[in-house]
Amino acid sequence: MIRSLIAPNKAASGPADPASAACNRSNQTTLFQLLRYPDAEAATGGRASLPGSLLSAFCFLLSLPAYAVQHFPPPDFTTGHKLPVTATPPPRAEWLAYMDIGVLIAALMLATYFVLWKRNRRAIGGLSIFSLAYFGFYRHGCVCSIGAIQNVAQSIADPNIVLPVVAGAFFLLPLIFALFGGRVFCAAVCPLGAAQDIVLMKPSKAPDWLAQCLGVLPWIYLGAAVMYAAIGSAYIICRYDPFVAFFRFGGSVPMLVFGGGMLVLSMFVGRAYCRFLCPYGALLRLVSPLAKWKVTVTPDECVQCRLCEDACPFGEIRYPTPRDGGISRTEGKSRLAALILLLPVFIGMGAGLGYLASDKLAQVDPAVSLAKRVWLEDHGKVKGTTLETDAVRKHDTPKEEVYLQSLAIGKKYRYGSLALGGWIGLVIGLRLIGLSIRRRRSDYEADSAGCVACGRCYLSCPVERFRHGDAEAIKILEEYRA
Amino acid sequence: MSNDQDNKISRRQLIINGGWFVGLIGLGGVFGWIFGNSEKRMVWQIDPNKCIQCGKCALECVISPSASKCVHAHAMCGYCKLCLGFFMPTPNELNEGAENQQCPMGAIKRTYVEDPYYEYVIDEKLCIGCAVCVKGCTAFGNGSLFMQIRHDRCINCNECAIAKSCPSQAISRVPADKPYLLKNKEQNA
Repeated sequence: MIRSLIAPNKAASGPADPASAACNRSNQTTLFQLLRYPDAEAATGGRASLPGSLLSAFCFLLSLPAYAVQHFPPPDFTTGHKLPVTATPPPRAEWLAYMDIGVLIAALMLATYFVLWKRNRRAIGGLSIFSLAYFGFYRHGCVCSIGAIQNVAQSIADPNIVLPVVAGAFFLLPLIFALFGGRVFCAAVCPLGAAQDIVLMKPSKAPDWLAQCLGVLPWIYLGAAVMYAAIGSAYIICRYDPFVAFFRFGGSVPMLVFGGGMLVLSMFVGRAYCRFLCPYGALLRLVSPLAKWKVTVTPDECVQCRLCEDACPFGEIRYPTPRDGGISRTEGKSRLAALILLLPVFIGMGAGLGYLASDKLAQVDPAVSLAKRVWLEDHGKVKGTTLETDAVRKHDTPKEEVYLQSLAIGKKYRYGSLALGGWIGLVIGLRLIGLSIRRRRSDYEADSAGCVACGRCYLSCPVERFRHGDAEAIKILEEYRA
Repeated sequence: MSNDQDNKISRRQLIINGGWFVGLIGLGGVFGWIFGNSEKRMVWQIDPNKCIQCGKCALECVISPSASKCVHAHAMCGYCKLCLGFFMPTPNELNEGAENQQCPMGAIKRTYVEDPYYEYVIDEKLCIGCAVCVKGCTAFGNGSLFMQIRHDRCINCNECAIAKSCPSQAISRVPADKPYLLKNKEQNA
């Protein structure tokens, strides 16, 4: 009966239409009347109260598809009323995006100049404060080179995904600069590095074994981020960015706690995120040993005073190899050979474990967890519904579609987690191999992969200070040369 | 002995130099590939036809108040006297009293146009994106109120927090030169 009430309104072209007006007059109170002329009913002495009528209208409307019908035709105003225009403020201007790239290039060039030519810690610190202000607080920490890894990974894996030029530039430029001057990006351009570097007050040295173990984490994080981004489920680097919540002056409680914890930790452990988590740092580690010009602690001869070793808060000063240190050469060689032979075993074990964990890893994907929930609800395994499953039912999405999508993504996860597991095995194996390769060094020098070019060692090196005419440095030099 | 050591260093240097050129060519290749493939800038937007008005936009957006707000396509509006986007389902009276209004912020301005039509205008500064009015309008009215991400507020995160938490996956990237998915076709063009 209610459906017959609404029918004339659907047919009506407007309230001025005489047919619909007649219909309104002759018929009982229609829904149309009720909403547009709510007082008319009371005026004509209708018995039904307003709330009561509304309740029946409510019940009726719940049975309608949510969007589809223009219940009430837009009016033709007799007074010539003009409709307000819906404002559509444009997004951030395109030239501003190119300005970001320009600022990035300028900052990288300045950082290279300060690190390699000026060798000036103060200038590096000043530039990092600027980067924190611009890329951090002004740009809300987004887009950043670390997160851009995911854009690149996803657009390589899925040809339908377009890689934004800005993300591509942010991914590439620091790597290209690293080919020339090492990790100058870390030194003074990355806002996350700057935030940690500025709060560093009382650095304590992490024991070597711990630093080596934790040093594997960035590679694992990189692998996981690439996998999740390539499948298109999540950008985990962005989701677990420690400082982005500060840059935006707001965020979820867990993220603020994580970020705050990272900041406090960085006061005592130099650049904890950069060294033990940052996946972009892992990429820069690969590139910076190839750099044309590297950070050298001393501008001239090394007097072996070991002051730089104390000055480096990140434990990246490598000492000269002792003439007769550690294990014998044959023993070292056989250990290396054994590790190289074991590498495929590590990779195989990792791949196997990864494959077993693929279902768990896939739960991160919203489509997979949705399909699981729909299945559980439909088979009475769980009570109640979620907003997500309600949405599926509301839009009448076929269940098969939901399940098929989940299966397709699940298949990607089997390959992805297999590769991720193998990657983790490879990373651990290579780290062990790296530990058993010995290099000959005659001076104290910065590790070309790990050095973030902060310039603290320049301040400590007496040869460098002597160059700047520091009287105290002469005394130190004489002491060591004697 | 020293000669041998010199040879070793130069071999190492050779490997490094080779790696440098491989790295440069590799990065150059990626550079060319990126700028060959990337075209349009993309921004986040809500598809109003997929939106289920759950109100998560107001809670999950990384900026506060949310970048997602209610907009009004006036050309679709029925100008109803009793608008259930504006009024509570059982209002005490049909006036602008706070107790009668759906909007918790009083962000909808209701003005008389001509009998029996009333105009509803969103004051966007006050809107927090809770979608209560959108729910009322979509369920009972023409659906002329709907949610849109406002690009004067959106900071275009790499991973949009509301897109990831949207129960109906209504939020996706759209080209920046057509940044809105408005409901009526005239304004969308």
